[in-house]
Amino acid sequence: MSAGLSGGGLHVLGPVDQIPVGEGRAYGVAGEQIAVFRLRDGSLRAVSAVCPHKGGPIADGTIDRDVVMCPLHQHAFDLETGCSTTGAGPLRSYPVFADGSQNVVVRLP
Amino acid sequence: MTALASRGRSTPADTRRRLVVIGNGMAGARAVEEILARGGAVQHRITMFGDEPYGNYNRIMLSHVLSGEEDAGGIFLNSLDWYRENGITLHAGVRVEKIDRFAKLVFSDDGRATPYNVLIIATGSRSSMPAVEGLYTPGGRLLPGVFAFRTIDDTQGMVSYAQQDHQRRAVVIGGGLLGLEAARGLQSHGVGVDVVHSGGHLMNAQMGPDGGAVLRRSVEALGIRVHTSSRTTAILGGDKVRGVQLRDQPDIDCDLVVVAAGIRPNVEVAVTSGLPVERAIVVDDHMRVPDEDEIYAVGECVQHRGEVYGLVAPLWEQAAVLADHVTGADPSSVYLGSRTATKLKVAGVDVASMGLQAPERDTDEHVVFSEPSRGVFKSIVIRDSKIVGATLLGDSRKVAYLTQAFDRGLPLPEERVSLLFDLGGPGEEAGVAELDGDAQVCNCNGVSKRAITDTVRGGCTTLSGVMDVTRAGKGCGSCKLLVRQVVEWAADGAVDEDPAAAYYVPGVPLEKAALMSAIRDQGLRSVSAVFAALAPAGAEDAKSKMGLASLLKMMWAGEYIDERDARFVNDRVHANIQRDGTFSVVPQMKGGVTSPEQLRRIADVADKYNIPMVKLTGGQRIDLLGVPKEDLPKVWADLGMPSGYAYGKSFRTVKTCVGQEFCRFGTGDSTKLGIEIESRFQGIESPAKLKLAVSGCPRNCAESLVKDVGVVAVDGGRWEIYIGGAAGAHIRKGDLLATVDDPGTVTLLAGRFMQYYREHANWLERTYSFVPRVGIEHLRAVIVDDAEGIAAGLDEAMQRSVDSYTDPWAERNDPFTPGQFRTSLPLEVLPRVPVR
Repeated sequence: MSAGLSGGGLHVLGPVDQIPVGEGRAYGVAGEQIAVFRLRDGSLRAVSAVCPHKGGPIADGTIDRDVVMCPLHQHAFDLETGCSTTGAGPLRSYPVFADGSQNVVVRLP
Repeated sequence: MTALASRGRSTPADTRRRLVVIGNGMAGARAVEEILARGGAVQHRITMFGDEPYGNYNRIMLSHVLSGEEDAGGIFLNSLDWYRENGITLHAGVRVEKIDRFAKLVFSDDGRATPYNVLIIATGSRSSMPAVEGLYTPGGRLLPGVFAFRTIDDTQGMVSYAQQDHQRRAVVIGGGLLGLEAARGLQSHGVGVDVVHSGGHLMNAQMGPDGGAVLRRSVEALGIRVHTSSRTTAILGGDKVRGVQLRDQPDIDCDLVVVAAGIRPNVEVAVTSGLPVERAIVVDDHMRVPDEDEIYAVGECVQHRGEVYGLVAPLWEQAAVLADHVTGADPSSVYLGSRTATKLKVAGVDVASMGLQAPERDTDEHVVFSEPSRGVFKSIVIRDSKIVGATLLGDSRKVAYLTQAFDRGLPLPEERVSLLFDLGGPGEEAGVAELDGDAQVCNCNGVSKRAITDTVRGGCTTLSGVMDVTRAGKGCGSCKLLVRQVVEWAADGAVDEDPAAAYYVPGVPLEKAALMSAIRDQGLRSVSAVFAALAPAGAEDAKSKMGLASLLKMMWAGEYIDERDARFVNDRVHANIQRDGTFSVVPQMKGGVTSPEQLRRIADVADKYNIPMVKLTGGQRIDLLGVPKEDLPKVWADLGMPSGYAYGKSFRTVKTCVGQEFCRFGTGDSTKLGIEIESRFQGIESPAKLKLAVSGCPRNCAESLVKDVGVVAVDGGRWEIYIGGAAGAHIRKGDLLATVDDPGTVTLLAGRFMQYYREHANWLERTYSFVPRVGIEHLRAVIVDDAEGIAAGLDEAMQRSVDSYTDPWAERNDPFTPGQFRTSLPLEVLPRVPVR
């Protein structure tokens, strides 16, 4: 699924439609686990998929425009920066966008 | 998704003086706050160094973080935004190593040289590590399992170590304030704790032996073992902690050691830089280092008139004087030392102490009251009709008055016993009124009565609002009652309750009734429509989604527009998420009655999908635990049974007993009625879960008295209906709603009560809170006697919900959203739940 392009660390994860609006899905990308969310305004966010608190599945979390809440203990994380707003450690955040053919593209460092 | 914009906002010609603060703890940050409050930012460009990689937090609250009452995030006093907003450059995680007093430069361990015009040293102190064999590894690090108790990192390290399964026992070295807090906090992680104290009694810095003995009793009653007059001679274990060795006493086996044996001022920078240091950095009455016009010091790292303070209250006074001089706001301001009066909650016990612990002269009076069985001890030392010392344990009611009398040398009543108790004299409120404006109400955060009354008069009349503004009550919390009393007194009784506390969900500023009528009036049928119409700026709020989804489903039933993103994951995939991200599957088993055929199918499914655990639930059902999300649809298909709703804020199950068919005591057909109730109300959503039971006789084998709705058959073919019972986190016997003649009426009234509860309870408010809040008499009037004429409406609304029920597990053949059952699990599952 992760067709790495030459250089730059871009990975195409497949159609945006795989992610229902307002929800997240997890992807394995080059050995990393990434949760990609599709906000209600259509924009995308990508953060690491494992909660630093107790290993909860972040892609199963509830989101709004700003944060995702881990389903296990309701720790919240800023979707832009990955920083926790509830005192947990941070998630990693990744640049992500939809390309011309409406595929999710994430950039790994 | 760009990185945070850079923020350097230094104007080209910044002519302000450079103020550098070494230390970003409570003293350093408080000094800066006081300077800012005096307009100091106009004169100064402020740079702060802190060797912890965080903003500034309330160290006093670390014991709450240890006990899990508070998140580490909740104890921050100033977030990183605060530094930004005030134009302060913060170097967090950077340690200052040396000051060049002549070139006026500060050198830090990141290789930076920072010039200053004014310097404040607020390096605080650190845990004092006793010279004990085996404390360090040969590499010079603390032996794994040994912790200090001073920083967020210490605390979080302790928590994660204590939570490992094999950590069963801990030893806390030090029976002072910090040691007892550590012991109590560790207990909340299920660790057995011994406190080893070298002194003759606990908290010997604050109280005498008699008080210490009463405190010991209270602490031991909590299950903490106490060893006084015990010196630790070695930490045992080569690779990690395995025990401690005591002098002349048997070793204690343990897996974790916390060292809380006092603190030591951090003076290395001052010593290296040639500043005067005795026990700590010497300062004068202006908080200036002698002979250094532009160097100040504040907090636990200073020695003032020979005294070094380890409490927070003196620090507030020092910071204010320091700020007066740094800014020039009040050149006459002086610090003359603090009379240390402490009022704290230690391990759940109220402790206050001030001045002398015991009489010193023959002419000193000593008034003592001791009631060890209640953990109460009061001792007051009086000299020349003035209080010169007091210790109070387990009862803090007179503390505010005594503190004030001690601080100001007030004349005392002839009848000394009234110092200890209110003897029909002025009550608690008069006590608040009599308090002087300068009297400190919150010792943790240094908040005076005047600061609170000023805030109230400034228009802030909610307790939570005042606490947010002044920080009163936000330390150890022991003064909350007093803060409330002062607020009530200042507001002349006109205290507003915090409106946000009454919102149904945090993101929409409306109480439930107003929210429901707005939803109805505006025809809002989806969660996104509610946010758009009713939330501030139309902003959605993750914390509010689940509650709104439940409410809308209840209100609109079949007309509800179901947006799956508003659901909690359990409701998206119709199973209960477990700690490792797998799910539990509980098929419906009405009334707890099953059949060989069902059991065979469950067994086959458990085999086929390698279900790691099959468990009987408390609700008389069978739980298949550890099912990966992607297997859920197949598991449901092979089970061929409807969902048992063991995952939702909804009607869960009806427990029943064997009933009259088989039981020789049975007086009513409880099994049949239980099955009927479960069939009717299966899956209806509610503000919190609903667990029911029907028992066939007053022997009550289905535990009906402790259920949200419990039914008991009594002789003569009659049925009792109990509501609001609980036997989980809370224990409550349900209140008798009615005794009725036939099962049909039971079902009708149970449904009517549940509908009333759905319409009026707060989100996540269980019936055991709702019923006493609303009152059983009121509920009986509405539900049984139809005093408000709404019974028919309640019944209709419930019927609509019943009619719109569909089995969610039917989605197995037709996923509602793409990838609904796709795994969200990491490749490496953490943590792994052990399979028994």
